[in-house]
Amino acid sequence: MPTYNLKVNGALHKIEAAADTPLLWVLRDQLALTGTKFGCGIGQCGACTIQINGVPARSCQTPISTVGAMRITTIEGLSPDGSHPLQKAWCHHDVPQCGYCQAGQIMTAAAFLQSNPTPTENEIDSAMAGNLCRCGTYLRIRAAVNEAAKLMQNGGRP
Amino acid sequence: MNASHSPFSRREFLRVTALAGGGFALSSAFPHEGWAEVGQALDDTAKIFTPGPFIKITPEGIITILAKNPETGQGIKTSLPMIIAEELDVDFSTIVIEQAALRKDVGPQFAGGSRSTPDNYLRMRQAGATARAMLIEAAAQIWQVRSTELSTNQGKVIHEASGRSLTYGQLATKAATLPLPAENTVKLKRDDSFRLLGSRVGGVDNPLIVTGRAEFGIDQKLPGLVYAALEKCPVFGGKVVSANLARIKALPGVLDAFVLEGTANINGLLPGVAIIARSTWAAFSAKRQLQIVWDESAATGHSTEAYAGQAVALAAGNGTKIRQEGDVTAALATASKVVTGAYFYPFLNHATLEPQGCTAWAREDGIEFWTTSQTPGSGQELVASTLKIPKDKLKLNLVRAGGGFGRRLANDYLVEAAAIALRTQGAPVKLTWTREDDMRHCFYRPAGFHFLKGAIDAHGRVSAWHNHFVTFGYKNTERPASSASLSPDELPARFIPNFELEQSIISTIVPTGPMRAPGSNGLAFVMQSFIDELAHAAGRDPVAFRLELLGTDRVIPPAQGQRGNPYDVARMKAVIALAAEKSGWGQALPRGQGRGVAFHFSHAGYVALVAEVIVTPDGALTVRQVTAAVDVGPIINLSGAENQVQGSIIDGISMAWLQEITHDRGRTVQSNFNDYPLLRSTETPAVSVNFIQSKNPPTGLGEPVYPVVPPAICNAIFAATGHRIRKLPISKTDLGWS
Repeated sequence: MPTYNLKVNGALHKIEAAADTPLLWVLRDQLALTGTKFGCGIGQCGACTIQINGVPARSCQTPISTVGAMRITTIEGLSPDGSHPLQKAWCHHDVPQCGYCQAGQIMTAAAFLQSNPTPTENEIDSAMAGNLCRCGTYLRIRAAVNEAAKLMQNGGRP
Repeated sequence: MNASHSPFSRREFLRVTALAGGGFALSSAFPHEGWAEVGQALDDTAKIFTPGPFIKITPEGIITILAKNPETGQGIKTSLPMIIAEELDVDFSTIVIEQAALRKDVGPQFAGGSRSTPDNYLRMRQAGATARAMLIEAAAQIWQVRSTELSTNQGKVIHEASGRSLTYGQLATKAATLPLPAENTVKLKRDDSFRLLGSRVGGVDNPLIVTGRAEFGIDQKLPGLVYAALEKCPVFGGKVVSANLARIKALPGVLDAFVLEGTANINGLLPGVAIIARSTWAAFSAKRQLQIVWDESAATGHSTEAYAGQAVALAAGNGTKIRQEGDVTAALATASKVVTGAYFYPFLNHATLEPQGCTAWAREDGIEFWTTSQTPGSGQELVASTLKIPKDKLKLNLVRAGGGFGRRLANDYLVEAAAIALRTQGAPVKLTWTREDDMRHCFYRPAGFHFLKGAIDAHGRVSAWHNHFVTFGYKNTERPASSASLSPDELPARFIPNFELEQSIISTIVPTGPMRAPGSNGLAFVMQSFIDELAHAAGRDPVAFRLELLGTDRVIPPAQGQRGNPYDVARMKAVIALAAEKSGWGQALPRGQGRGVAFHFSHAGYVALVAEVIVTPDGALTVRQVTAAVDVGPIINLSGAENQVQGSIIDGISMAWLQEITHDRGRTVQSNFNDYPLLRSTETPAVSVNFIQSKNPPTGLGEPVYPVVPPAICNAIFAATGHRIRKLPISKTDLGWS
């Protein structure tokens, strides 16, 4: 089996895996980073969203062989202590119900706020439209992203 | 590596002796003690205060509260401990919440029927109040004062007269020596003195969820863990004839592949081919390369199209009368208007975002599970009866579930994981279903056909209601399948003088089961849409028409022999009136825009919704606003309760607008979220949640809002466009107008 050197959350990992193995299963089964979730396996639900070089990506659609030396960030690496403005806002608005989609939601939102720090509510909804929430917490997700944007504008560390 | 040189430990922990007829047998002897040392039971050591299973207070002041029921996103892991904390009088933010495993001393542990709150409210209050009384008694003995001189405040006992106070931690060792007071001697708080109940409290697992550290069913990590996938016959109940096992076993990463013969119990262990591998991906990849010859003989004649044809044919004849009052024929003959409508709602899948699965570890002393089951006690019994293992050898840890919605009331994945674990020679195994498995193997919300006839008399009132309900029976035409029945008491029975229900049954092989507000989730659409049709036929305002139909305030008991709650008409009318008021009901809207009202009573909850929609001339639908009025008695956690209402409305829009499961040649057609959509953020309306906190016992909120959504939306579409939706999902109808 081929070997890959993955850069995940700032650490290097030597991984042996079949070339077609989706990053999702490498993260979950081999690196024990289970915050990234399996929902559909076809890029429809967004539960597996991570960031590759800061850009949101579906880890279930990303074969390990395509990653190379790019920087992978998972929910576990978004902030060292859960203090990212989005994580704070998510708790403040009590967003989760079951919570299964929320890591993917937060990873999408974090990349979005980097590219658009002062979004309108419509822009937030559009940015988040690729992430399904089966429990229907979209209203709270929008409120939390909105609040995080304001926190970041007022100097909150992203 | 292949199975000929075993990847597993050489030691044979459990010997599989038979597969046929559902009989696995364990050869190894189990130890006598059971699971005491493994369980997460709260310690009962001398210094720690443990007045029963729910509370533990250490001398260091660490207060732990046990969350007894499965958490599936309904927020019960937060709200039941809140009830204890209220009576115990502690600062909830300082409490450690521990999820209970399945155990024998905490009462029933299930998440279903919106029952967790009503069934546990008093028990939780008593647990907290008992502990508080004992802490007060401990302080009274230490200070040599009367307990009536003492009070508590957020984790401290206070003697106001002397200004002394002790923390619960300081009192723990003394309290641990006291006898438990008799249950009925402990005084509960007055409801109007609650500080925590009714406030907004964030989910106790939120900090873990937002950092990716919350462990769901699929996230279990164990030493030596192996990974399993299971392929079952796409035709329900089909058996394996042969499979290319030798080729599968030779694939990289695959440790074993074998046929599970299964049993004939549709709710239990179905036949299939199991693959055990070194990673989930290796198992999934091998699963795709399976070539299985199935016995699909059961499939013939089972399709959505065939069912629709059978329904029409059955409706033309006579069904079984399940309720008959007055003289419907006469009332129809003398009516000023007669309205007819043929309604249909499809099969649905729960589509929990975490697919079904389970982790199981078969060891010498039994099998340990990490399960997301909503009914772990039933799961334990299913494994015991299917695999012939004593119940006390089955230890179930309850793990946070990525959604439930009733899917996890069934325990098929649990018994599958157990059967596979018996083949791994002591290695723990995680079974993960693919989304496609989950879509195609479900206990579906059953479809239903309703052929309705209603009469309006000369005074503009409903004088007759006739419904021929065509439903499904599992492989029979005598008894409705699970969640496919219609109570003779279902609304609007008891409110219309001439009333008749007939029932006919189509035989199906499709497994059915409860989904969020079972029964109601289809029936409310039919009843509340047809009442709307009658209101418009009578030329009446739909809100006023409903209030008049309900009549004077009274409590109506269930009919003789029927289960269920009485209807409290005052509560019904109050939610309708409030929803109307908060939504701006009656204010004029332009063409293409409309409001619809609906009311339903289910799972002891009273819910009215007003939906406002916009439909463009070319038929594009926007749900702009949904206003909810809800009476489930006092609210435990305001944040969690609002979240449930918001989520139920969004879920209800998905159901009404987008979702259907269809069948062809005895199998489910849909496979994933590309053909079984969920509502997305851009399609989400504004939602206004209004609670009436009536002085009734608190009841559950996971279910009662969901059924009311489709009729509110469909009635709004009628108001906007004149299109009457009688068939779900709405996406099947062209809503264009000119």
